[in-house]
Amino acid sequence: MAEPEEQRRVRVLRAYRAVLASRARSQASHRASFRMDLVGAVLVGLIEFTEIWVLYSATDQIGGFTLAQIMLVFGLSDLAFSLADLVAGHCDNLPVYVRAGTLDVFFLRPQPLLAQLMTSDLSLRRIGRCLVGATSLTVGLVLNDIDWSVGTVGLLLLALVCGFVIFTAQFVTAAGLQFFLINGSEMTNAFVYGGRYAATQPAVVWPRALLVVFGVIFPVAFAAYLPVSTLLDMPGPLGLPTWLGWCAPVAALWAVTVAGLCWRWGLRHYRGAGG
Amino acid sequence: MRQLPSPSRNPYWRFLVAGFRGQSAYPLATLAGLVANATFGLLKGGIMGAAVESSGGELAGYSAATMAAFVWLGQGMLGSVNFWGGSDLQTRIKSGDVAVDFLRPVSVQAANVLTDVGKGLFALLPRGLPSVVIGVLVSSMALPPDAAAYGLGLLSLLIGITVSHATVYAVATSGFWLVETRGISVLYMAVSGFFAGLFTPIYLFPDWLLTLALLTPFPSMMQFPIDVISGQVTGAGAAQHLGVQLVWLAVVLAVGHLTTRAGRRRLEVQGG
Repeated sequence: MAEPEEQRRVRVLRAYRAVLASRARSQASHRASFRMDLVGAVLVGLIEFTEIWVLYSATDQIGGFTLAQIMLVFGLSDLAFSLADLVAGHCDNLPVYVRAGTLDVFFLRPQPLLAQLMTSDLSLRRIGRCLVGATSLTVGLVLNDIDWSVGTVGLLLLALVCGFVIFTAQFVTAAGLQFFLINGSEMTNAFVYGGRYAATQPAVVWPRALLVVFGVIFPVAFAAYLPVSTLLDMPGPLGLPTWLGWCAPVAALWAVTVAGLCWRWGLRHYRGAGG
Repeated sequence: MRQLPSPSRNPYWRFLVAGFRGQSAYPLATLAGLVANATFGLLKGGIMGAAVESSGGELAGYSAATMAAFVWLGQGMLGSVNFWGGSDLQTRIKSGDVAVDFLRPVSVQAANVLTDVGKGLFALLPRGLPSVVIGVLVSSMALPPDAAAYGLGLLSLLIGITVSHATVYAVATSGFWLVETRGISVLYMAVSGFFAGLFTPIYLFPDWLLTLALLTPFPSMMQFPIDVISGQVTGAGAAQHLGVQLVWLAVVLAVGHLTTRAGRRRLEVQGG
């Protein structure tokens, strides 16, 4: 007799929880190494913030954004990316698994490949990165003159969730393409890590071609820049309306669709390493 | 009189050539690197160009044209220098393979550094030159003003690449004392690019931060070669840049040599 759907789901979730808990425990047990990783992650984030600080301190504003205003964009996008990195960042390891032939083992287990890949590692050190983004966002919210209302809070939460979804989808899209690229895995860095870099900038400074790439195809402009523009009541690029920031869910949905297609396409293409 | 062996018989020359040729085996990886490089270059060029524009066409001594040169020369060098801190030596110390390296009748330091410099020099062809060509096509970047800038620039570039790999080597020797060197690599990754002028020219830094940067070997790896090639500094200024680069090269090579010697005595490889 078939197992009731509800029970089956609980059982599957329990399996994932057990896997993730064991990964977390294994890292926390090497305390010195873990602390160093955590400090390193915070430091990398701090240096990235310092770059922004140096650049915006050297001039009054760039692309209509002052330092205080760009802190919102940096904070929001960095927090969303760090959270996505925590969940899906190790999709980057796919080419290693494919080359070593260890991916075939994943196929033998009764769980979806993507779920296994995502839970194959849980780098707690990446939590350190989230702190930097969250701090920048908080300071930005204090420094800027924001008209607080339910709408403002809603917009911020919406942007954070959609940003997280967009960046996670980006990691999955990259993983799907890795089945074809293998040695050319660096290609996807252009939109995964390039996308993260792009998301911290005001989109008005981009060349026209990149507006299409990072505004439409890999819509990272919706992760932070456009919602913050809406929040601060600033006009969008190319005379686009101010309310565009509210369209982040549309961008997130599009990113998920692209990710789903790329992943399926890649998976069908995979023929194993012949081990 | 005994004749000197031909260069092709010299083991150190062979390491350089092997590093150079090894990289040519992965054309797709090279193309992929170029795509990522160009995307980052376009983004960096956009923001830096906007920064120059918003300060009235001149920022810390950079015009729109010289800033574009800074961005695209930097992108072109990215495949040739090492800002991520990992290296073969790091892996080989951890696995114990380095014990075999010590048995060979060549210097471990020279073999490692020369192989990496060879890889870095090769990367100039498929990654460096195309990046610069893209830069010329998409921006109004300044080109070297005269033959002297080309000559000195290439020399400065060669020293910069060598300083980078010699420094990473010296850092990797910390593995003789530490069990886990990933933290050191992360630290190196965070600091090296920032102080080398990978993101913004170091001349944009506030004074105290600029002083701090100049007390490290990192500007010698990228900022100084870019200054010399783009003609941002010429004549005595360029000679001074090259002098500082050479001093740092001597320092990091000496440090690497000493730590290799000390580490070799400490090395304990388990198993047989």
